[in-house]
Amino acid sequence: MSVQHLTKENFELVTGEGKSLVDFWASWCGPCRMLAPTIDALGEKYEGKVKVCKVDVDAQPELAARFGVMSIPTLVVLENGKEVTRVIGLRPMEDIERLLV
Amino acid sequence: MPDVIVIGAGPAGLSAALTLRSRGKSVLLLESPGAVSALAKAEKVDNYPGLPEIGGKALLEAMREQALSLGVEFLSEKALAVLPMGDRFYVSAGQETLEARSLILAAGAARGKTLPGEEALLGMGVSYCATCDGMLYRGKNVAVLGFSADAEEEAEFLRSIGCNLRFFSAEESKKARILGENRVEGIELYGETLPFDGVFVLRDTVAPQALLPGLELQGVHIAVQADMRTSVSGVFAAGDCVGTPYQIAKAVGEGNIAALSAAKYLDQKAKEKIN
Repeated sequence: MSVQHLTKENFELVTGEGKSLVDFWASWCGPCRMLAPTIDALGEKYEGKVKVCKVDVDAQPELAARFGVMSIPTLVVLENGKEVTRVIGLRPMEDIERLLV
Repeated sequence: MPDVIVIGAGPAGLSAALTLRSRGKSVLLLESPGAVSALAKAEKVDNYPGLPEIGGKALLEAMREQALSLGVEFLSEKALAVLPMGDRFYVSAGQETLEARSLILAAGAARGKTLPGEEALLGMGVSYCATCDGMLYRGKNVAVLGFSADAEEEAEFLRSIGCNLRFFSAEESKKARILGENRVEGIELYGETLPFDGVFVLRDTVAPQALLPGLELQGVHIAVQADMRTSVSGVFAAGDCVGTPYQIAKAVGEGNIAALSAAKYLDQKAKEKIN
């Protein structure tokens, strides 16, 4: 299980320590579905280094609201639970990797 | 998966599609449902060689027929986003996700400037995609700036999922300013401030830099080399979207070059795969 699905219950537990990449997505969003294979690949590649996670904004509206997500996909990078940077919209894998270093 | 997806059904896109077929490449051509090629609006075309005084509509129709007869596939969907995946591209169009090995961008010139506040607030309340972001605005107040012909349909979709919506015509939308610092607070129109949680800016085509982030521009046009390649490997561009003069002969010629370059790129990729 290299990509973790976050809920408001486990969000802090998973992202509280170290570096995390959180993909805010929804099933009805075409561009989000296009990004899914990239997120999966990042999850495998960074296993043990970066927690690669997904938040379904339909199931977790509180998390979407807390992060002010108004357009998806939105990718948020967290360091010890604090937001470091974010990108809105699709990006190729190497661009996303640049956010992680 | 087709070899090439061509985005745009004007003279540049159709010319590219024709040439690709003559090189044995499979082509899917995307045409935005609301978009009308600038060529269709030309009553008479005076300077297209060999066809004096032909009507713009008739010329475009003849090009379409030719493309159809050569086996070009057409799909009536607006391209929303492109994602390079190394050996292929994903294209989000309407509700569909498409794939191709190469892309040709030929969606015409970006007509009209972006609105004040539009770029700064993109993704922070400004959205180009009703089907992508609509659900995030259920129960909220949104403005739809309806520049495109099918904007009312998209507005209907937003209404159907529960957005409180006010529709602005293209004429009104042109004069709007989008307000807000880190998130949209509303729009200003005719000196009046109207509060909104979100603003959907619906045009016929998604601007190139929003369609494919990282694509290099030159001014408002897509930057290309002489062989019509763009800054993104495997992506080519032709016609009004790469610059002036906005002429049919130029668009057709560039479509031809872009297609030949795309064919060469595909052959090269195929060879690399074998070796």
